[in-house]
Amino acid sequence: MKTVEEIKAAIEAAVPDARVEIVANPSVSGQHSLRLTPSRAIEVATFLRDGLKFDYLSNVTGVDWPDKEIAEKVKVTREVTKVEDGVEQTAQETVEETRKRVEPGCLEAVYHLYSMSLKQGPLVLRMRTLNRTDQAELPSLTPVWRSAEFQEREIWDLYGIVFSGHPDLRRLLMWDGFKDHPMRRDYVEPDDFEYEPTAHDDVLKRAEAHRAAHATAGAAGHEATGGEQ
Amino acid sequence: MAVEEGLKIELGKQGVLVTTIEELYNWGRRSSIWPMQFGLACCAIEMIATTMARYDLARFGAEVFRPSPRQADLMIISGTVTKKMAPQVVRLYNQMAEPKYVIAMGACAISGGPFKQGYNVLKGIDRYIPVDVHIPGCPPRPEALLQAFMTLQKKIDAQPLTGEGRPRHLDAEAQGEFPVPVQGEHDLEPTSNPGVWTVPVVIR
Repeated sequence: MKTVEEIKAAIEAAVPDARVEIVANPSVSGQHSLRLTPSRAIEVATFLRDGLKFDYLSNVTGVDWPDKEIAEKVKVTREVTKVEDGVEQTAQETVEETRKRVEPGCLEAVYHLYSMSLKQGPLVLRMRTLNRTDQAELPSLTPVWRSAEFQEREIWDLYGIVFSGHPDLRRLLMWDGFKDHPMRRDYVEPDDFEYEPTAHDDVLKRAEAHRAAHATAGAAGHEATGGEQ
Repeated sequence: MAVEEGLKIELGKQGVLVTTIEELYNWGRRSSIWPMQFGLACCAIEMIATTMARYDLARFGAEVFRPSPRQADLMIISGTVTKKMAPQVVRLYNQMAEPKYVIAMGACAISGGPFKQGYNVLKGIDRYIPVDVHIPGCPPRPEALLQAFMTLQKKIDAQPLTGEGRPRHLDAEAQGEFPVPVQGEHDLEPTSNPGVWTVPVVIR
């Protein structure tokens, strides 16, 4: 099997503006992956299928990367004016400052490819959306590997990535009128914790929160209609 | 009304059969409970095993699984009821003719089971339709399903045909159709049918 570096070189020779990036896997397995640029993904995928004979797409899955707040310490040098023995002096002083910045999140689709004819694999492809809200769009690889169809539908259902070029992008597991994407990190479950006979840990907290909310909401405490969001 | 048990046996030895309409009617009903051919998850495999030769559900007159709700008397909720499936389950139950009974088979059907805290699983089908027999287990063994049948038979046997506690089809006032939940934007609406299910009181 070719290494990812060789595959990357082959891709870049075939699709000149592919801009493929290697995502290193530091673990023992060393299963590095390739991050594709969404705009050139179809060409790269077609080359992988026809040129490098990756004829079997085994798995497609999604990853949610929420917005990350990063606090980092930065050394800042600034000039400080001090009055020493009646004489003003400027001296440089280095101070450590904590700066916070928010790294915008994204959604990622991960494709696992094998080659049945060459008995090779897996090759892991990744694609990232621009953000998690209004630009969550990726090109569908269903025209290249038909087995992506249901799995891309599932990713749309659970993560909310819109696959443009998909022949039939409907929800797969949840119903059509459903608005949320349950596998996202910020998904809020419906508050139906009215009856938890053996609650513990997180469920206990949710059940207690539900009880507190409904005790204050309806003093009569008619919980039978409970469970509303 | 009822004939004394000892006298009945004595008369039976003489070749005289004594019974009541109620007894005969209920005997007929309980000896031919036809379940609906309908499986939701892995519990259905155990349900199928129960019908096969080793466990032989035919001993209870219940081997005829009907593919149409119109011909079925019993709905075995055999497995996880997802929120996507729940409206169809209630609709199928509504389509069954009275008298109709429900066995909730397995942990998922009675409470949501291991998937209870999932976003897509109903926390027990008894939130929408009345359940006659609950059997725990994950999945329950075929013996447990047989026990559920025997429990249901005892329940049918004990139903009087008139007065308090009579079956729904003999009660003109009784509610026979249950509202089908609507799949909303975030959850099923309503999340339960208060006429069937009220939040059980948990003593802490």
